[in-house]
Parts: sequence; structure tokens; C-alpha cells
Amino acid sequence: MSGEVEASSEEQQEMQDTVVSPEKAEEAKLKARYPHLGTRPGGSDLLRKRLQKGQKYFDSGDYNMAKAKMKNKQLPTAAVEKEEITGDHIPTPQDLPQRKQSLVASKLAV
Amino acid sequence: MSVSFGGDEGGVNLTNFVCTSHHTADIISTVEFNHSGELLATGDKGGRVVIFQQETENKSQPQCRSEYNVYSTFQSHEPEFDYLKSLEIEEKINKIRWLPQKNAAQFLLSTNDKTIKLWKISERDKRPEGYNLKEEDGRYRDASTITTLRVPVFRPMDLMVEASPRRVFANAHTYHINSISVNSDNETYLSADDLRINLWHLEITDRSFNIVDIKPANMEELTEVITAAEFHPHQCNTFVYSSSKGTIRLCDMRASALCDKHSKLFEEPEDPSNRSFFSEIISSISDVKFSHNGRYMMTRDYLSVKIWDLNMENRPVETYQVHEYLRSKLCSLYENDCIFDKFECCWNGNDSVVMTGSYNNFFRMLDRTQRRDVTLEASRESCKPRQVLKPRRVCAGGKRKKDEISVDSLDFNKKILHTAWHPQENIIAVATTNNLYIFQEKVN
Repeated sequence: MSGEVEASSEEQQEMQDTVVSPEKAEEAKLKARYPHLGTRPGGSDLLRKRLQKGQKYFDSGDYNMAKAKMKNKQLPTAAVEKEEITGDHIPTPQDLPQRKQSLVASKLAV
Repeated sequence: MSVSFGGDEGGVNLTNFVCTSHHTADIISTVEFNHSGELLATGDKGGRVVIFQQETENKSQPQCRSEYNVYSTFQSHEPEFDYLKSLEIEEKINKIRWLPQKNAAQFLLSTNDKTIKLWKISERDKRPEGYNLKEEDGRYRDASTITTLRVPVFRPMDLMVEASPRRVFANAHTYHINSISVNSDNETYLSADDLRINLWHLEITDRSFNIVDIKPANMEELTEVITAAEFHPHQCNTFVYSSSKGTIRLCDMRASALCDKHSKLFEEPEDPSNRSFFSEIISSISDVKFSHNGRYMMTRDYLSVKIWDLNMENRPVETYQVHEYLRSKLCSLYENDCIFDKFECCWNGNDSVVMTGSYNNFFRMLDRTQRRDVTLEASRESCKPRQVLKPRRVCAGGKRKKDEISVDSLDFNKKILHTAWHPQENIIAVATTNNLYIFQEKVN
């Protein structure tokens, strides 16, 4: 980058950094939005998430059910969005809402 | 030195490309020409391989406009379930590599995250007719009705292209396969995942040699992963692999059985005062390709393409900016995950031009010899017959000129990750998310 950065004092350098380097400006933006980012060794976190890419299922039964559901997606199911039932009566399996897929944690999650 | 073929004397006219074919597909995940360029293979997210064949209108004049039409389609990989880890194994085809042709059939290797398969593609254009014991439809004839003997003959039939799996190379990778590369000895090939590289013999499926292992004893100490690997085009003992930290290691298999110690380490020194949170992420190399002449290699990181001389490790000999205007957008590109997109790159036949993709269905051609570059767009509009692709310009900031597109209007969902260049002619294959475009340099 330009030679101006080297000549200034540390404070001035930081200010000039945001002016001179768009990358550092973007970093400041990111840190402002996610203050906890980078406090843990982010590199290895990102790498480990990369190594374990792919959707995790509870077991092979869960996996096969999910696959079957995807195949049947074309069929018009009259599945009404089931509301949570509390108190009135002991819920039966039909009353329970569908199990949500395990979410892959966002890399921005603390 | 540059070899003359097509276009200007020894050069490629980057602004003289027209669309010759266009196909719609499932999400394309890899594109590769075979060694003659007559066939073009694509792999998709659904585990299918589609092969296109060049139709030359006039075989004696190879510079005529040529189309690529569907030649064969087959299901290469199916989704699987890893029972130990409770993870799905995607059927998406990560890479396809052709073997050099040895006989009438064509062979290619296709791989998903865990399993590599060798496929044989063969043509059948005649079938035997006139059997004595069978009718033409296959039913057996009553032996007592047979009074004469005839010799069955081969008669022409409609061309049938058959794909059959000849070898399945499985269970050798704990992590996800990102590269395969056929050795120049035409007997072995390598497969690379995030932490290991294995060497296979094309005939042997029940064992492979591990030649690189960068897995640390303690996974907490993991700092980098392997992102791509390739064999040298002529030296069968040499291969390179790139890392997520922006380094490339060249290894010589004659030095030792396990090539953990590199023979050469290619790394460009970084100015520590410029280091930011994004530095390591954007320095991660997404693709590495040797030049055809074997003297150079090209790497693609998030914002640039670098050409390295194999004899100089401390810095690249050429650096080209692909889309520098994105440097001021890194924050949003990190949030929408685009900063992790893996772009590929490729050389033209005589190593004078390199090509790589970008966003908004843009792709870039960088002419090393004429010091020119162009940004083109692959879209429905570019398919108008005989219409030459118009160069595009992105306005980084300030006043937007007419015909320029501002950075903020770029569509980051329209990414061109996979491109390929015909080994001899100026024909290129460009894959957008769901479409394959073939462009050819127009010869007047």
C-alpha cells in the first residue's frame, strides 16, 4: 500500500488506515456488528466447520425420512401448520409439529 | 513461445467471441474438455454427468463455428449416508478428469466428496443380426423349424453411447475430496481431500498410497487445509498442492514415500501492516493449474489470479486483479458467505490467455502476452446468433459512466465458478449456476 501509512504516528495511522485501506474499513465494519468475532481463534473454527460440511442427521432413520419427505414434496399435502399444544390434553404424535432439521451454526454465532 | 492458431497471428481476439451452444442443466459443479477437445463433460449437483460432443459442420475446416450437443448422460454418483458420523454424503460431482484416449472408448474419472469412479464411454453403431437359434426380438426359435444355416452379420444401427462404471475407488478419504489429477504416466492418479492426498493405480481399487498428510496430532492445532492438487503435465514424479493460507507446495515423489516435506514452497510475502481479519480468508487458494508447457502454474484466490514460475518460490511472476472493486465489500461478502466461493481458473492451449469467473455472470479473460484483459457476460442475451460478446465494465465508485454497472447492482447469486478452455482451439465453456454456454472466437 502507499508510503503515507508508514510515516504517521500510531493514532494517525489507524485513521489513515481506514482511509487508505478499504479492507481495514470493512474489518472495522464487521467488528462493529459482531464484537465477539475473532476473540476465539476464528481460523480454526472456520476450518473445523469446513471439515465437517454437510447436514447432520440424528440417525439413518432420520436421514431416510428426510429423503422420503423431499420426494413427496411435489404431492400437495394438506399439512396444516400445527400449533403448539399446551395444557389441554396429552398430545399425540399427530399433534406435534414436525421436527426441525438440525441447524448448522452460523460462523458468526458466538 | 506462442504458437499461432486462430484469430490474430499468435494472439486471441478477446472481443470476438460468439455463442455457439447453450444448454440448461441442474446446478453445474464441474466442466472439463477431454484431451482432443471433441468432448466436454459436465458434472452436476444431482450426481449426473452430461457429455457434449463437438459437431463440426465441415471437418476439413476446423475453424468453422461448431456446436456442442448432448452425447451421453448418466448417473455417476448417488447420495449416501455416513452411518458413523450421521452425515449425508452428497452426490454432487466435485471434479471430472479425462484419461488420454488409448482406444475407441473414452474414459473419465468422476468424484464426489468420498468416492472416485472410472467410467468407460463407448459407442455402439452396429449389431449382429441373423442368429440361427434366436428371432430378432430375442425369443428362441423352435429347433425343429430350423432347416438352413446362416452366418450372422453385423448391420448398422442408430448410434448408441453407453457409459459403464469400470472401477470404484472408495473408502480412502475421511475428509471431502476436492481434487483428482491423472498422472502423465497414464497409470496412476491422485485424489486430495482437506488434509490428505492419496495416490492410486487406475487398475487397483482396494488400496491406495497416502503421499501427503497434514493432519495435526491435535486437531485444535489445525491451521490450514489442502484446497487443490495437481500432477505436473510431463514430470510424473511432481505434483503441487495449494492451501487455505495461500501457499503452494511442490512435491517430488522420488524424494520419499511420504511427501509431507515439500521440495518447494511458493508463497508471496505479505505486508504485515496490511493484515486484516479478511487477509487469510481471501488469500485461500481455490484452484491451482499447471500451464500446458509445464513451466508455470496459476493460482486463483478470492480477488486475483497469480502466475508462478516453478523456478521462483518467493513471489509470482504475474498478478492479475479479477474484481478488485470487491475489496470494499468484504464485510457483506463475509456475511453472505460469498467470500468462501471457490472460483476455478484455466489456461488456453498455448498458455497465452487465462480465464476465470466472477459474479453477475461475468467472466474474465486475461491475455498475458498482449497485456489486455476483458470482462464478458454469460447470459441469455449473449446467445443472440452471430452477436459478438460485448465487454462489460464495473464502476467501482464515483460517477458511473454509461454502460457501466455499479458494484452495488452486481448479483452475487449469479456466480461463474467453473470455466474450461478447449485444448487447441479458441472455444470456451462457461458454466453459470444452471446454464452451460459455449463461446467460440469468430473467424471472419
